[in-house]
Amino acid sequence: MKGGLTSSVAGGAGWNAGKTADAAAPGTRQPLPPVAPADLPSTHPLAARPAGPLPGELARRALAAIADHADRLSALDRAIGDGDHGANMLRGFGAVAGAADRLAAQALPEALQAAGHLLVMKTGGASGPLYGSLLDCMGKAAPAVGPRSGVDLAQMLDAGIDAIKLRGRSDAGAKTMLDVLIPVQMALASGGAIRAARDAADTGLEATRAMRAKRGRAAFLGARSVGHLDPGACSAAVLVHMVCDLLEEAGR
Amino acid sequence: MSAPGTVSIVIVSHSRDIARGAAEMVRQMVGAEVRVAACGGNAEGGLGTDVAAIRAAIDSVWTDRGVAVLVDLGGAETNSESAIDLIGPPRASRIAICNAPVVEGAVMAATEAAGGADLATVRATAEAFGA
Repeated sequence: MKGGLTSSVAGGAGWNAGKTADAAAPGTRQPLPPVAPADLPSTHPLAARPAGPLPGELARRALAAIADHADRLSALDRAIGDGDHGANMLRGFGAVAGAADRLAAQALPEALQAAGHLLVMKTGGASGPLYGSLLDCMGKAAPAVGPRSGVDLAQMLDAGIDAIKLRGRSDAGAKTMLDVLIPVQMALASGGAIRAARDAADTGLEATRAMRAKRGRAAFLGARSVGHLDPGACSAAVLVHMVCDLLEEAGR
Repeated sequence: MSAPGTVSIVIVSHSRDIARGAAEMVRQMVGAEVRVAACGGNAEGGLGTDVAAIRAAIDSVWTDRGVAVLVDLGGAETNSESAIDLIGPPRASRIAICNAPVVEGAVMAATEAAGGADLATVRATAEAFGA
């Protein structure tokens, strides 16, 4: 039954407890709705798929979120990179969504690692190994039953962030996806609610505009990278919002 | 001759044509005693890099003396690192990504390798080019 996996992430006493007015009582939770097929072309892998257990749902939602923003990601990447971030992310998360049924049969820790491996192998750009090691290490750090609170999620994200720092030889302030993920992790680690994670993502993304790139293709531009949002930070924010949407729906 | 005695070279570019062209330059300038593999483009044949293809390229010229990898930009480096991770120990320690321009670095690395140098020396020679 899918409710078991869903509630293992969104439920638990720690999540949202006492932090927001809209924190719902656990008993009022509804099953996840299916991804809105109307927003997707009929040939899209997400079209007309029923909602599944959490890893499968995450995989489908991630692709839908990336598909919604692919043009923007590529436009941002054309300004300070090589213009393929949207296409690469679609390719990578398309492979993950294509494996949604298989992922749905796995527990979250294993599914995240499997999805990470797919991203590494299928994305085709630097974002593949970066997002891939994020998911891989989040999966390795995940409690066997899945995260039961925002603090659990923060611990997973902390492991994933460390992996990105290592793989990308980067850190906060270098105009990368880390400038979104690190503030989101900090918001969750300090007990913040879903809204705090969203706000941290938005603020972190906007902060990349004034930064000068030190890593990635944009680093070649030096000072000319200033004034543009970082495409990797943007895709990270898109995915953070997708997870927040899912958690809010599950907790509603 | 196949060259178990020399370090091999792998060229990773976003462009298949650049990778092949650089490999062709190496073969012409250095000769065939150093094995060179070219790897470029994503899995669909467009611009990009492909972890599985990079891994296969390294395997195709594998020697216990080691493999020097030349990369062009961002994703080529990151994806090459992932390929090396997948290969894993003990072979991973005998693969070095050189921080050097892809064409010049490949020629310099192959020249050094042809003389029988070890992997660290091959890498240092490639990297000295841009220094």
